[in-house]
Amino acid sequence: MTLVSGQEPVTAFEDNDHKPVGHGRMLRKEDPRLVRGKGRFVDDVQLPGMLHLAILRSPMAHARITSVDTSLAEAHPKVKLVVTGAMLAEKGLAWMPTLSGDVQAVLATDKVRFQGQEVAFVVAEDHYAARDALELIDVDYEPLDPVVDVRTALAPEAPVIRDDLEGKTDNHCFDWETGDADATDAVFARADVVVSEDIVYPRVHPAPMETCGAVADFDSVDGKLTLWSTTQAPHAHRTLYAIVAGLPEHKIRVIAPDIGGGFGNKVPIYPGYVCAIVGSLLIGKPVKWMEDRTENLVSTGFARDYIMRGEIAATSDGKILAIRTHVLADHGAFNGTAAPVKYPAGFFGVFTGSYDIEAAHCKMTAVYTNKAPGGVAYACSFRITEAVYLVERMVDCLSYELAMDPIELRTKNFIQPEQFPYTTKTGWVYDSGNYEPTMELAKELAGYDELRAEQAEKRARGELMGIGVCFFTEAVGAGPRKDMDILGLGMADGCELRVHPTGKAVVRLSVQTQGQGHETTFAQIVAEEIGIPPQDIDVVHGDTDQTPFGLGTYGSRSTPVSGAAAALVARKVRDKAKIIASGMLEVSVADLEWAKGSFHVKGDPSASVTIQDIAMKAHGAGDLPEGLEGGLEAQICYNPENLTYPHGAYICVVDIDPGTAQVKVRRFIAVDDCGTRINPMIIEGQVHGGLTDGVGMALMEMISFDEDGNCLGGSLMDYLIPTALECPDWETGFTVTPSPHHPIGAKGVGESATVGSPPAVVNAVVDALKPFGIRHADMPLTPSRVWDAMQGRPTPPI
Amino acid sequence: MQVTMTVNGEEVTREIEGRLLLVHFLRDHLGLTGTHWGCDTSNCGTCVVRLDGEPVKSCTVLAAMAGGHEVSTVEGLEQNGALDPVQKGFMECHGLQCGFCTPGMMMTARALLDENPSPSEPEIREAISGQICRCTGYSTIVRSVQWAAAEEAGTRTTTTAADGVPAAPETAPTTTPGSAS
Repeated sequence: MTLVSGQEPVTAFEDNDHKPVGHGRMLRKEDPRLVRGKGRFVDDVQLPGMLHLAILRSPMAHARITSVDTSLAEAHPKVKLVVTGAMLAEKGLAWMPTLSGDVQAVLATDKVRFQGQEVAFVVAEDHYAARDALELIDVDYEPLDPVVDVRTALAPEAPVIRDDLEGKTDNHCFDWETGDADATDAVFARADVVVSEDIVYPRVHPAPMETCGAVADFDSVDGKLTLWSTTQAPHAHRTLYAIVAGLPEHKIRVIAPDIGGGFGNKVPIYPGYVCAIVGSLLIGKPVKWMEDRTENLVSTGFARDYIMRGEIAATSDGKILAIRTHVLADHGAFNGTAAPVKYPAGFFGVFTGSYDIEAAHCKMTAVYTNKAPGGVAYACSFRITEAVYLVERMVDCLSYELAMDPIELRTKNFIQPEQFPYTTKTGWVYDSGNYEPTMELAKELAGYDELRAEQAEKRARGELMGIGVCFFTEAVGAGPRKDMDILGLGMADGCELRVHPTGKAVVRLSVQTQGQGHETTFAQIVAEEIGIPPQDIDVVHGDTDQTPFGLGTYGSRSTPVSGAAAALVARKVRDKAKIIASGMLEVSVADLEWAKGSFHVKGDPSASVTIQDIAMKAHGAGDLPEGLEGGLEAQICYNPENLTYPHGAYICVVDIDPGTAQVKVRRFIAVDDCGTRINPMIIEGQVHGGLTDGVGMALMEMISFDEDGNCLGGSLMDYLIPTALECPDWETGFTVTPSPHHPIGAKGVGESATVGSPPAVVNAVVDALKPFGIRHADMPLTPSRVWDAMQGRPTPPI
Repeated sequence: MQVTMTVNGEEVTREIEGRLLLVHFLRDHLGLTGTHWGCDTSNCGTCVVRLDGEPVKSCTVLAAMAGGHEVSTVEGLEQNGALDPVQKGFMECHGLQCGFCTPGMMMTARALLDENPSPSEPEIREAISGQICRCTGYSTIVRSVQWAAAEEAGTRTTTTAADGVPAAPETAPTTTPGSAS
């Protein structure tokens, strides 16, 4: 257990010269309730008279609905309401907008387009009765040929999935392009070495331990809807409900209580939420909907599903010249991708990675298939998982071709520190980076040279050991509102700070933690700026009636956007405090100096007032300086000028059993650089969790479909998630390259490890299989797939 | 049907359906919502409680089957206002994030330490292998259990956990590799 930041001791004020300091290892404020079973998750909400909703789902991937008979269900003694798509259609609620500007059926009317799609719902006195009643609904389906394989979805004879869209005659969803095709082709034409590879990033699922759910409570007297829901973006959801349901926005209150993990799964609006709202509107009582695991896996936002042809061009001595890629993206039956409007492929454009190259080009086609919608989820930072996987696999393929060490090849091509801010060939402006020391530290922690020596010995004995390297650059903190919005809502975030008379404070956020520790770290950010101890600062989030507007937590955007807002709002309050202090000390503002928690007269530290003194003065009796209002509070809406670009160097060591082809991750070394580190303990936890995602995706997880469109990953019996036995003890380290444009120099980090670890694991497995002459194998590298690869059989297409 | 069982030391009697799962009995009938429900195939272990001391997945036990037995849940871990060392360990070692798997993990950890006061790392990993955590990557959960074991063995002086104070910031200078060991 080396170099783990979480091993630092907790120290108290004394070690900090009696001054409250915000940043540093601090135990979490949310833990005391969570370890007592006193967290409040959506399914814990119990309201008087509350009813339970269950959803009937399609057993078929593609079929016309010819009739729905609900009479038996309605006759069930505990059933209060049965609603079909036809009933919703009468109210204009059968379809809803998606975050990508497409539409999605709330309940199917004309036909079903994926297995697990919502067809009808029942509201009953209890959960068990509601489920019973689902069995009593009789739906007649007329089967249609399903479109399952994305490679043939655009064939002229393929059935048209989206015949609801006017004039739609094929399954084409969108085309997207970035970079310079001609320049890239020219570089490829003169390159010494060109390597191409077909790479699949299979469909996976974020599968948070808590599934999605909601409790809708419509108060018919004051016309107000309160919705507890598993949402990562409560304010954006409120606005969309106002648009979908036609309720005035001030009469909608969205409450996101404790959320049992999100990982991007809880960004979209799902039909179940709308059903719960409709149920409560129709009955006038609270209605709870909580999906089960199978519903979560088969119907809510999947992740990835990119089929990529990667090409990399280089000189014979290893200078990377250009990268070119064609992508086929499977978006399922409705384009529900959660991405900024102008970025239908998210931020896939960062596929040039950490390397200074001459040209790049990507052409993408997205298609509809008879599968659940989604795409952007599972800590992908808007498709950066796919981008990093592509570039880091291609660089490894090149290192294989050139017989060059993968670290040496990467280092040779790194963007250099003096090149930042660096504009990539696809137009992304990386804020800061110093890649080589990060790579060097990972190498040192791993004992890289010794590992290679060990590998050589083992290889000579016929043992399969692999060492995989990944160096990634992330792009997080969406985003500048001139470029980035979700359905017209600019991607800014608000923060409000109020200091109470006794010097305690409350900070209200527009972002929404799902376990990332915001209640702790945002108190730390404010504490650092205003000198109030973090335990005296309460963090409020997840209630749209109580918090400022903002777009929520995903894409590792909390620290970059809302964290910036928290620091700036604290500085705004501090500026006002300074004016009050000048009145109290009877000097001019220019004569005051800040010393973390107090202002004193320059040159005379004894003439000082603490922030607590100032807070009381702000609310108390007596005059304040001319023109100043009472109170000590401020609000801000932060519009970031750029994204933040954290980076990391990962090294994975695997052993493969030559007899069973089972891959064991023996070690994993992760060095992350997210600029200023607010709470190292929490960062470490974020990294550990993301590394586990990477092991899962690389070795175990996949949502696949049979030829009839049946989902084959619909439960935890089939959708395998790593347990403590599949994970090594993670080894972490860090470097610090602050973001120059961020108020405290902090970058996002939550998704870095999920982005960076799959390529490291796959690179390690492929490296172990080098004696078999294998250059690539597709995830998940299960024993059967690795065995196939060892026998010279290609991994089966997905 | 009527069922009577002891939950966290208190006898409870309720009228239930025969098919009611113990997890729903605890959550919906007794309001003990610390026990969670995370899957429908008995894999995830967020519903682990102790039945006569044995850790069980309460989604795979009928409430009726618990009749006449002793059930303990996360709500019963704290005794007389004092947190169980396992609870303290999870806070001290950052063994939780979203907190959804935490009650089940802690119940298994408690059962493990009752049987084996000083488990090795592989023993801890095996003990919790019937449970999934999506946030922590397990290393800090292992450390949390080790912390609790050390606490119970009296080899550790207790530090305040609940509202810790941040330590000095890391001292890694700008763009210089660092690590805190």
